[in-house]
Order: sequence, then structure tokens, then C-alpha cells
Amino acid sequence: MTSTTAPPSQTTENEEPQAAPPAPRRRRTWFPYLILLPALVLELLIHIVPMVTGFWMSFVELTKFFIRRWTEAPFVGLENYSIAVDINTPVGQGLLNSFLVTLAFTLLVVGISWGLGMAAAVALQRSFRGRAIFRTLFLIPYALPLYAAVITWNFMLQRDTGVVNHVLVDQLHVMDSAPFWLIGGKAFTSVVVVAIWRMWPFAFLMFMAGLQSIPEELYEASALDGASPLRQWRNVTLPMLGAVNRTLLLVMFLWVFNDFNTPYVLFGTAQPAAGDLISFHIYNASFLSWDFGTGSAMSVLLLAFLLIVTLVYLFITQRKEKRNA
Amino acid sequence: MMQRRTLLTAGPVALAATMGLAACGSGASGSNDQPDSLTYWASNQGQSLEDDKKILTPVLEKFTKDTGIKVSLEVIGWNDLQTRIQTAITSGQGPDVVNIGNTWGVSLQATGGLLELGDEEMKALGGKDRYVDAALATGGEAGSNPSSVPLYGLAYGLYYNTKMFEKAGLEPPKTWEDMVAAAKELTDEKKGVWGMSLAAGSYTENNHFAFINAVQNGAALNTKDAKPSFTSDGVVDGVLRYLDLMQTDKVVNPSNAQFDNGTKSVTAFANGKAAMIINQNNANATIEANGMKPEDFAAIPFPAPKDAKSECASHLAGINMAIMDATKNRDGALQFVKYMTSEDAQKELGKPFAALPVLKDGKPTFTDDTEQADMFMEVYSERAEPLPLVPWEDQFETSVGQAMNDMFAKIATGGKISRGDVKKALQTAQDSIRA
Repeated sequence: MTSTTAPPSQTTENEEPQAAPPAPRRRRTWFPYLILLPALVLELLIHIVPMVTGFWMSFVELTKFFIRRWTEAPFVGLENYSIAVDINTPVGQGLLNSFLVTLAFTLLVVGISWGLGMAAAVALQRSFRGRAIFRTLFLIPYALPLYAAVITWNFMLQRDTGVVNHVLVDQLHVMDSAPFWLIGGKAFTSVVVVAIWRMWPFAFLMFMAGLQSIPEELYEASALDGASPLRQWRNVTLPMLGAVNRTLLLVMFLWVFNDFNTPYVLFGTAQPAAGDLISFHIYNASFLSWDFGTGSAMSVLLLAFLLIVTLVYLFITQRKEKRNA
Repeated sequence: MMQRRTLLTAGPVALAATMGLAACGSGASGSNDQPDSLTYWASNQGQSLEDDKKILTPVLEKFTKDTGIKVSLEVIGWNDLQTRIQTAITSGQGPDVVNIGNTWGVSLQATGGLLELGDEEMKALGGKDRYVDAALATGGEAGSNPSSVPLYGLAYGLYYNTKMFEKAGLEPPKTWEDMVAAAKELTDEKKGVWGMSLAAGSYTENNHFAFINAVQNGAALNTKDAKPSFTSDGVVDGVLRYLDLMQTDKVVNPSNAQFDNGTKSVTAFANGKAAMIINQNNANATIEANGMKPEDFAAIPFPAPKDAKSECASHLAGINMAIMDATKNRDGALQFVKYMTSEDAQKELGKPFAALPVLKDGKPTFTDDTEQADMFMEVYSERAEPLPLVPWEDQFETSVGQAMNDMFAKIATGGKISRGDVKKALQTAQDSIRA
């Protein structure tokens, strides 16, 4: 947090980098600020204003009685927060449950996507005939439009008409009776599978790019030293991918934890308890019950949680990096 | 990372900007600044959004010819309509006239986003007395001026496959018990035929049956002082009775737990996969579109148990029409609502949308089967009760409807739902309402 980038307007000449030779006097000019202006305005409108509005909403009682004149919504302090975190009430209990479901969901999706992406990238590291075909094939889920892809899963996972049950029950006879994939307990498995299917090509893509930068000589040298492929992976590939890996894990964690689209499209309005992911949960808390204050409080709590995780993660990885340096 | 840094540095600026925006956020009541045009959001009443557009366009063109006011129409699906209206109310930007589910009448009135229809406005609409009293009552809390008027009336009925009944030598059921007995008789799991089909994964359908079954048991969902009361014996037993169609009577295909809208059970019925469905009277078009001939099905009132305290067979369903408070063509909007609820427009739209007339002395035009028409009119005018006319009605729909979705899902996936489970689920739903 201390490394806050100061906005340009605060950069006075006194604070300029303590370069040894006295810098030639620079004329103050407005031009750089002018070309920054559009970006600043857009950033404000698209990111900052909604965030701050959301933050403000979490402190007012913004129910249907006030959405028309939302500026007059009464200030209730931390009441929305106390409703959201009181696990003795249905609202708090629902949020906690959703949080735990989302945590399990995130760990599974990130972990498995990481493994698949890494395996596929390493397998396709060396050039061979047909490599391009595999690369393209693996990237398809990532390139497909989200709605089309997930709604197709929805069709495939229907109990009576879906292709999944047709294959599992009618053709392979793995199961005796057709299970439900979109309601009940198996809904969790379904949403995890669909999310992995969508997420792992991204890991694959990042690793593939990272692997390009590892010099071939390192592998040759280690091979001369008699390193097995596993040893090569552990002692050459993995350390060389360090930077990619650190960013990738963080980004995937944030994306998956916040995933709204997958459950929204997969389950529609008949959302099962086992697939109650937190973004979707907050959406329902806000829009179905018209209680935008509590919904915003939940969003702020979610933001705080993700911030803490991010900070701790960066702290740990940076310290490790320094130690290794 | 980037976001966090900018948030810290630019926060105060943005806060100031928000306050600036906020200052101009509040709106005023309708004006007449744009008297030549209207925007109308219609709900989806026919088979598809496109269909609705085709049906409505000539009716709107006639209005334009009569008054010179141009109407731009958008038909909005039910899954989006409520959110769209919320957004319109919050921003003050949106349509001039909008269709709403009549059960939302009081909830939306509470937002203040709809134009209050006082004496003067009612006079412009041709007077309160034109409308069926019970239907008009859905437009606002008791004792207040309504903020919407009825447009289309709907009521539930029990549709049954006449051929299946004849073949099995069954009479159309008059009581709940008869209905279950007939359903058991007609269920043939091996052939994939079930006695009944329910939209058991649709919270909008499920909550209606929580209400109707509760009323049949003599229970109410709200106390006298308009607080939620979902856990009385009548409500719990009513919900359990409905769930038991799948759980203990086993006359409903467990797959129905995935039916997230009514059309899916109508389709199952039309394809001969179910002998009975409980549906609103606009099912005819869908049934016939799926290839079932009008003489192969009939509709009767949804039966109550033998010892029922009330013969309630439906909630008072339907569509209301409201004017947005932020309209810029108040007089034009009033004219338009009057036109849409005129005898001619009602007659013209009643058939394609399978709507019951909302005007006193209105004649149903939705079917040529006079017996069916009379039956639905009787249910609508004598055996239908409105859902609680309270501001938290919308929360009842989602909380109880979702709870029933979950319970059906549990039953379908092999679980057991006891009376205690129902009571607990309803208690949770009740506690989640911030009235």
C-alpha cells in the first residue's frame, strides 16, 4: 500500500528522482495532462464512480421504498453489514454458506485448471507434427462466446434429454438411473466442471507463452547431467515460469472467485443450493429481494476479502522472491 | 493492483462527483413535455416476443391513427421485466407505460415510481367502475389510490387429457383426493407417462401453489397487520400437500424438478407425457401449437381437498398496466391506458393472448369452447383470491418459491422432505423478509 503511485499533479520538482546531475530546468506544460484526461475521465466513470457508489450504498437502507429517490435513502451505518454477517439469521447463514461453496469451488477450479494447463503446455513444448492442431483445439473453450458455451452445457446436462446422461446411462451403463446434474448435490460437480473447462485454456495459454522464453540450452545442459523429465520440470521449467505462475494463480483466483456468468447461465432462475456461488448470491440478494443496501454490503465484504487475500499473497511471494534473489 | 492504487488516490474526487450526480437524481411527477410519442414496455403474453409484437402492432397503429401519438413498443420477457422496471424507476429513464405482473402491484406502488391514479386520473381512464373490483384491487394497497389498472385477467385451471380419462373410465376430478387417485391410475412410469406435470423448478409457479393450497386450508400468508406469516399449520400442510404429489403420491416425474417455467409442463401435457397440468388459461395456444386437438383436452377448476375450508382454485392472476411517474407524456399515457383497456382492444387482444376480460360485463374471447370460457370466468370472478396486497409480496414470491424449488430438488434427487422440513424452510423464508 505504501507504494502508492502519486497522481501526476503532485509531482513537484522537489520530489523528482534524486538524479545526481542537476536536471535541466523543465518547463511546466499542460500537454501531458491533456492527453491523460480522457483516460482519467473514463477510469473515473467506469471504475471509480460505481465502486464508490457501491460503497456508499452499503451504508444506506436502499430498499424498494427508496430506489425512486435513492439520494434520500436513510443512513443506517453498519446495519447492512451486521445483517450480512450475523450467521444466526437466514441472510447471514446464506452468505456464509455461499462463501464456503465458493471457496471450495475456487480451490478446485484453480487447482485443476493449473494442473491441466501446465500439463498441456509442457506436453506441447517440443515441436512435433500436429502440434498446432492440439494448440487450437485446447484453446477453443476460451475462444467460444461465454453464453453460447455455457448454455450448451446446460442442454448437455439435462436429466432426460441431455447428452451426458445419454452417454453415461444409456450407452456406457456407468449409472443405473439418470442423475440430475443441475439440481441437488451434483450441481456443484457440474458447475466446477464447466468452470474448469472454461478456465484451463487460459492457464495453458499463459504457460505456453512462458515456456517460449526458457532457453533450450538449459534443458540440454540438464539432460547432459542426467536429469529425468520430471527433474527437468521441477528444476528448470517451474523456476523459470515463476513470474508467470505467480501472476497466473492470483488472476485465476480472483476471476474464479468472482465468477458470475457461469452459474447465472448454467442454472438460470432455478439456482440450486449446491451451486450458490457468491457473486450470483449477491445478485439475488440485491435484485430479487430489492435490498440493494445489504447486497452492496455483501459486495464490499467480498472486496475486502479478496483484497486481503491478494495482499497476503503478494507479501508472501515477494518475500520469497527477495530471499531467492 | 492498479485498481486499488487509483481507488486510494482518486477516491475523494469520485466521491465529490457522485454527490454531484446524486444532487440531480430526484425526479418529479409526470409532465407533458413530449406529447407526441410514448414508449410502451409490454410483457410477454403470447408464444414468443416476436409473436407478441405482431399481435400488438396493429392495435397500436390504430391508437396512433386515432390520436396522432406514436407508440414505440418493446416486448420484454418475464425473466427480465422486473429488473428492467427497477432500473427504469431508479434512473427515471425508461418507458411511459409498462405492463406488470399484477402480483407486483403493491410492491411497485411502494417504490413511488409509478404514477398514482387518483380521482382525476381515474376519470381520464373512464372511471373506476369500469374494472372488475377484485382485479382493480391488485393495483395498490388497500385504502390507497391504485398505481396500476388491470389489463389482462388470468386464472388457473386443471387441464386434463380427455382421451386418457375416457380410456381409463375416469371422471374429471372434483376434489383433490379424486385428482390424486386419477393421477395414480394414469401414471405409467415404464411408458414415461405421468398423472401430472408440475413446473416444480419455477419459483414463480411454485409460490402460487403455496398460496392457493394455503388458502384452501383456511390459512393466510399475512397477519392482520400485514406482517408475513408463513408457518401456520395451514400454510405448511398446503405446501407439503403440493410437494407430496411428487414425493408420496409419485404421480409427477421427478424430472419436473428441472422445469423452470410453466411452458415445459404444458409441452409435456401436449405430448401425452402427462395426463393433467395445472395452468393458467393461456395454455390453450401452446397446447394446440404442440399438436393437440381442442377436443382432446378440457379444463376444470383446480380442486380443493374434501374437507377444505375454502374452494379457492386460483390466485387472482393477470397483468396490470401502469404509467411511470417520470413520464413526459402524462395525458397521452392516460389516453393510451384507456384505449388498451377499452372494450374493443380487450376483445381484440383477449383471443391471441388468451386473457380473461378485466371489464365488468366483459365477454371472454380466448376460446370458442364456451364451457371452458365460462368455467375460467367463474374461477376468476368467484374462486380466485389475490396474493397478499402488501409491499413485501415480491419477496414472498422469491423466498417461498425458491424454498419450494429446493425442496422439490431434494425430493427428485432421492431425499425426503418431512413436515418439519417444510416448516423450517418456510420459517427461513419468512425471516429473510425485510418488511
